[in-house]
Amino acid sequence: MDPALEELKEIVTSAMGASVLDTSIRKGELAIEVKRDDIERVLTYLRDNVNCQFKQLIDLCGVDYPEREERFDVVYNLLSMTLNRRIRVKVRTSGEPVPSVTSVFSTAGWFERECWDMFGVPFVGNLDLRRLLTDYGFEGHPLRKDFPLTGFVEMRYDDEKKRVVYEPVKLTQEFRTFDFLSPWEGQPDLLPGDEKAEQNKAEPSKEKGA
Amino acid sequence: MGVETKPGNELQPLSPPQLNGSDQDALLSQVEDELNERGFVVANVDKVVNWARTGSMWPMTFGLACCAVEMIHAYMSRYDLDRFGVVPRPSPRQSDVIIVAGTLTNKMAPAFRKVYDQMAEPRWVISMGSCANGGGYYHYSYAVVRGCDRVVPVDIYVPGCPPTAEALLYGILQLQKKIRRTGTLFR
Repeated sequence: MDPALEELKEIVTSAMGASVLDTSIRKGELAIEVKRDDIERVLTYLRDNVNCQFKQLIDLCGVDYPEREERFDVVYNLLSMTLNRRIRVKVRTSGEPVPSVTSVFSTAGWFERECWDMFGVPFVGNLDLRRLLTDYGFEGHPLRKDFPLTGFVEMRYDDEKKRVVYEPVKLTQEFRTFDFLSPWEGQPDLLPGDEKAEQNKAEPSKEKGA
Repeated sequence: MGVETKPGNELQPLSPPQLNGSDQDALLSQVEDELNERGFVVANVDKVVNWARTGSMWPMTFGLACCAVEMIHAYMSRYDLDRFGVVPRPSPRQSDVIIVAGTLTNKMAPAFRKVYDQMAEPRWVISMGSCANGGGYYHYSYAVVRGCDRVVPVDIYVPGCPPTAEALLYGILQLQKKIRRTGTLFR
């Protein structure tokens, strides 16, 4: 394990105290989970502390865990160019507003708009919290796990109204998922003849035993 | 200018299939002789019009996704669409054909229709690639129009994901053929 990451973890946890709920180092990456209301303070510390210097917010994204009580994660990926180090900061919410970090990283503005658009996580303090990617007047948050892939409406041009109109979605064929890992989809687990492989494996060991 | 020409003496320079090489030279010298002799040539108006239309199909630049790269390849020196009088235009007012190259999303659809509406008649649409033809890879997406023929009438569908530059060129030649077949002065 990277001692530098352990050291960084110690620095952050000791400085932030009760704000840090959980830490983990997996696959050489440090992730910390912090209290939702303390996110601004934590990110400011990570940016300004001489031992951290995480001056760049690389990405801010959402994650949906529908089985969890607080189903959304908001994930902040930070990079320190001076120390060549990365850190991941997570915050949980079930739809309660998350404090905006636009005052800490100005780049967070559009990231938060995207997260709002895709997951419906509101950010308090973001001055321009409009949808970013989906159509004007779009309803729903498409990256939520309970949002259907095909959505609810589809678009066509109406020759009488002389403009494009939305209509309830009508599919001529339902969406089908394929298990591309298995070339034998629809076949039983054991194909005819495959049992011979098992037998051949077993027999030599018998001979050795005898 | 009611000058009679002898039957069988009318020029047939503008009719498909297009001539090449020595045939073309012979035709041009024929036209030149005609001009030197009388000062004018006689031809069918609709054939002249179709010749002009097929010879300068200016497409509206409408690259939406990766298909646009193949479209650019078709414009570049290897296939060189300029040879066919196909010169990309930045304005719908100047264009005759729109090549829908890529995924048409719901958000883009009103803008696309507006661009199409601004094009002057006669106008044609080439739908390039699976996404524009019928949604393609994104057919089941919540954000994509399932084929640009839901928004505008399409003349030529070029299949592929993305189609090669050659395929697009073939589509353009098919459109020329269609114009020669169906084109009239008045619609």
